[in-house]
Amino acid sequence: MFGRLLSPIRGTTGFARWILVAGLVLTGVFLVFAIFAPWIAPYDFNQYQAHGARFPKMAPPSGNHWLGTNDQFFDILSRIIWGARTEVKVVLISVAFSVVIGAPLGLVSGFVGGWWDRVMVFLMDAIYAFPSLLLAIVFSFLLQGPLGGGTLAAALSLTVIYIPQYFRVVRNTTVSAREATYVEAARAIGARNGTIMTRYVFGNVIGSVPVIGTLNAADAISTLAALGFLGLGIQPTVASEWGYDLSRALDDAAAGIWWTALFPGLAIVLLVTGLTLVGEGLNETINPALRKRKLIRAVLPAGGPLTEDEQEVTA
Amino acid sequence: MPTKPDTTLPLGPDSGRAPGSGPDTVLDLDGLEVHYELSSGVLSRLLGVGTRTVKAVDGIDLHLRRGEVLGVVGESGSGKTTLGRALLGLAPTTGGRITYHDLERGPRRVSSMRGAELRHLRTDVQMVFQDPHAALNPSMTIETAVGHPLKIHGIARGAELRRRVAAALERVGLAPAEQFMEKFPADLSGGQKQRAVIARAIILDPRVLVADEPVSMLDMSVRAKILQLMLDLKRDLDLTYVYITHDLATAKFFCDRVAIMYLGRVVEIGPTEEIFANPRHPYTKALLQAIPEPDPERSVPRDLPRGEIPDAARPPMGCSFHPRCPVAVENCGWESRDLRVLLEQHWTRVDPATYEEEKALVGDLDHLDEPALEGRLGNGAGAEQVGGILERIRQENPEDPFWRGVADLAAEDDGLHVRFGPGEDPPLRPAGGVEVACVLYPAGTSGEAESVAEGSGGGVPPNSGQ
Ligand SMILES: Nc1ncnc2c1ncn2[C@@H]1O[C@H](COP(=O)(O)OP(=O)(O)O)[C@@H](O)[C@H]1O
Ligand code: SF4
Ligand SMILES: [Mg+2]
Repeated sequence: MFGRLLSPIRGTTGFARWILVAGLVLTGVFLVFAIFAPWIAPYDFNQYQAHGARFPKMAPPSGNHWLGTNDQFFDILSRIIWGARTEVKVVLISVAFSVVIGAPLGLVSGFVGGWWDRVMVFLMDAIYAFPSLLLAIVFSFLLQGPLGGGTLAAALSLTVIYIPQYFRVVRNTTVSAREATYVEAARAIGARNGTIMTRYVFGNVIGSVPVIGTLNAADAISTLAALGFLGLGIQPTVASEWGYDLSRALDDAAAGIWWTALFPGLAIVLLVTGLTLVGEGLNETINPALRKRKLIRAVLPAGGPLTEDEQEVTA
Repeated sequence: MPTKPDTTLPLGPDSGRAPGSGPDTVLDLDGLEVHYELSSGVLSRLLGVGTRTVKAVDGIDLHLRRGEVLGVVGESGSGKTTLGRALLGLAPTTGGRITYHDLERGPRRVSSMRGAELRHLRTDVQMVFQDPHAALNPSMTIETAVGHPLKIHGIARGAELRRRVAAALERVGLAPAEQFMEKFPADLSGGQKQRAVIARAIILDPRVLVADEPVSMLDMSVRAKILQLMLDLKRDLDLTYVYITHDLATAKFFCDRVAIMYLGRVVEIGPTEEIFANPRHPYTKALLQAIPEPDPERSVPRDLPRGEIPDAARPPMGCSFHPRCPVAVENCGWESRDLRVLLEQHWTRVDPATYEEEKALVGDLDHLDEPALEGRLGNGAGAEQVGGILERIRQENPEDPFWRGVADLAAEDDGLHVRFGPGEDPPLRPAGGVEVACVLYPAGTSGEAESVAEGSGGGVPPNSGQ
């Protein structure tokens, strides 16, 4: 199954490969930050003193604080590195949840079809049509009560946004895979619907998920930053979050203090770019196949569209 | 064979054995119909109109005898695959019934089976698909794929499963089995895939195997080998075959009996030697003239007049073969659509100026698409000239069977009326050693209607209506 998920990368060529590699490098840097934050970051994300001495407030980049400090006396480099960890955690949780919920829903919906499918498609389209930031705001507002202003609440409010995308892609590929001869063959050997879905359809429709995963990841970073910017995301005392830092730093720029805003902003841009490149790189390779799969939905193997008089004849 | 009490017999009170079926039949089809409702656009669905019915299988009576190889032959679109799928309960039976004579449990009605019972049927009736490249799950190894039926039905697992998969693979010539078990379908050649598909079909030890054009997608070089394998399997495993094909050459070599299908019906059925030595139905004759066909993928007989197989959603009136039949007579079902075809074919032969002129006189032809025993051409003023056009067409080819169907040409106030005699939809009737659905072989004939059927050069055959 894992090999199947990675197969698009192996199949990449030319321009798409360069995009993919550039994206992977950028993303990789932040992944290293995230994983090794405790060892890489000079200080903790909410540390404002060391060896009994307070950090200076809003100090420019220097030997002690490579990227300077902000108005809360925090070391900006440390905030960036710890922030990477927050971002990665949120993205992983939200993408994992939306795949785990969206893909099976799409599989079942596309497979059983009919009334249930129509309701689900309508519901998912409605969510999809809703401005995603607005949706995230509503949900983070709702979830902050029961879950607190932590990573999980932020991740779950993003999950809601992304479920429809997995649902749609998996559903559409399922609708065409359902017509495949090997599905009919599975029925012919006496397989139940559940078996057909899990053993015959799922493995062949899941290939499109990594692309959406990386594209969603990029989107999740910016949405999370936007939430933080609005003060609705992760609370500053819980974890370091770039969007929040950026919002605090906005006023400083007018006073000539550029480092407090520049570095968190740059971190957001670079990670979003990296993930987008990965997604687009994968997309370049997979999309022709995706598009083809989506188009296969034909009801009638032979014969053209109806003309009016044909309808009259049989009416 | 003793019949069991009604509880185990999911058949109605009228379930007495159909004529022709006996203790040696394994599957009985009685008036089987598989009609697909096709709804068109959203708008017409809202208005509640515009659904049309494709009669993929339209009234088939067949009795499959235990141990025989029954060939089902016909052009693409004649409903062969649908018939095969219906035998496994994969296509919805919309009319008639299929009865499976289970050796242990007595007769069961396939057409009303659901759930577990349907799945159980599939341990006895199995299918080999036309396209081996599509019939195997691309993300499943051969071992898993071939063994899955045993697993699904809870028959074997673990080492026993593996042993039986290996045995099945070697039985179909994929030896040594170890070399194939870990492979994915993409790693196999077409012939090997089809062998794997056959292995999956026989692993449940079925009684009936429906083979839907099992070699048509394979290289010439492996076709004979696969067919030979199937014959070996039949002998060793006591199988009964329904062999679906559009290729009469393989049917001749492979089958005990042959059923010729056209537009969802069986038009001729009988022992293979008799069908080949002495074809009776004009369609069978045309098919036989079409072999040997240089390009095996192109099975459409080229010498059939007015080429295309008609739309199964709007079959011709009367005998559905009549628009293409070279020996059709007056009661074969001539109708307005034939008139349109006649004119349009004529226009392909004339120069553009003549076409423009004649088209203006004849006017719009679309109303002829509504099947009817009468067709009107032109409007009042030009009726005589339209009659002249038809007369010229007739002079060009007076032997065209179409003219046998025309009962009356009348110039009236609103145009020229072309009236056809009433048609007959001939059922399958015994003729000689076979059964034929053709008006040239009415009930009670010896089946020696050759003098009539060969009469394409002579005049109108005698009326064999009643
Ligand atoms: N699932 C289906 N839905 C609608 N029409 C179908 C379906 N399956 C077959 N048909 C139609 O039924 C007719 C017979 O098809 P098929 O049984 O595949 O013929 P063959 O196997 O002889 O080529 C065709 O006109 C085909 O379009
Ligand atoms: S009934 Fe016989 S003669 Fe008439 S059209 Fe059909 S096949 Fe030809
Ligand atoms: Mg077919």
